[in-house]
Amino acid sequence: MDLPVWQALRSELRPLGLEIVTVALDTRGAEVAGPWIDAAKPEHPSLIDAAHSLDTLLGITNVPMGVWIDEDGVLVRPPETAFAPRAGGIGEMKLPGSAPQRLKDMLAEAAKIRVEPDAYVAALRDWVANGKRSRFALAPDEVVRRSAARPIEASRAAASFELGQHLHRAGHVEAARPYFREAHRLQPENWTYKREAWSLVDPLQGPTEHYDSDWLADIRKIGAENYYPKLEL
Amino acid sequence: MILDRLDPTDDELARATGWTLKPEGACKAEVCVPLAASVRTAPGRIDVRVLAEKLGMALVEDAAHGVWALGPESGGRALTSAVLPEITLPDRYGRPFPLGSLRGTKVFLCAWASW
Repeated sequence: MDLPVWQALRSELRPLGLEIVTVALDTRGAEVAGPWIDAAKPEHPSLIDAAHSLDTLLGITNVPMGVWIDEDGVLVRPPETAFAPRAGGIGEMKLPGSAPQRLKDMLAEAAKIRVEPDAYVAALRDWVANGKRSRFALAPDEVVRRSAARPIEASRAAASFELGQHLHRAGHVEAARPYFREAHRLQPENWTYKREAWSLVDPLQGPTEHYDSDWLADIRKIGAENYYPKLEL
Repeated sequence: MILDRLDPTDDELARATGWTLKPEGACKAEVCVPLAASVRTAPGRIDVRVLAEKLGMALVEDAAHGVWALGPESGGRALTSAVLPEITLPDRYGRPFPLGSLRGTKVFLCAWASW
């Protein structure tokens, strides 16, 4: 989980004028996100978006994704993968030999995911130091142009997902699932819709009778190296 | 945006979608889209079907539970404007935090999840 490394980066960059805000996209809210926040002891605003409103307002489609906002409240970078500065890669994690094969397979796929933390954090540091003069600070038109395309299917996916969340929270768990499935069908590249719904059934996001997709199957389908788009700094 | 009726108030619409109704039409930051007069069902209330049609917002009904969901505008990019919309989110204790309160400071906003 990235919260502790963002806190460390915040300690470094806050004196230089940057604030970090972390937002948990979790339908179940503080019940599931709260313990992670407590453990990280963040000094920065650490918020919870149980409605996934950042998906619709900004175009977040996976985690971690970040935006940079200047002093005037204007985005200078659109949503893009926000690679955390990690001490070690996920490929270095070791599972005991007795771990379930499915977990080993998931870790093997996760190790193939392309991550570019050095380039991303170097760019962030450059912007903090140079502001508008930073080559990584984009003009407003470019920010809009680089944000994801939004066809009507994406709007319908968002509405379907929101209905699913609404019904799930109201206790209509079975009634919620067709809407989650519809959101997955309409916007398959939105991993927040898929992973949230899968995790409501199985924390390991494995295959279940309720969904015709799961994390391992879907990442193998697209290729782990395509899970995060290549950074275009 | 979840709706239990098809004519939300201006405030409800603005909080959920970032779109506000002005004399020139529906506006988000510097972008305004003209709307037919029929968008007004009553003072301060909006016919969301007129708005949805004009802005390419999907309107999905769940008749069994008497609710609708209004998707975001479509036909262009995910961001209509580079101006950050008004966003207020709670912390883990439920205390609301408006992102606009950080005006004057550079902000790196990062989405994560427990799953």
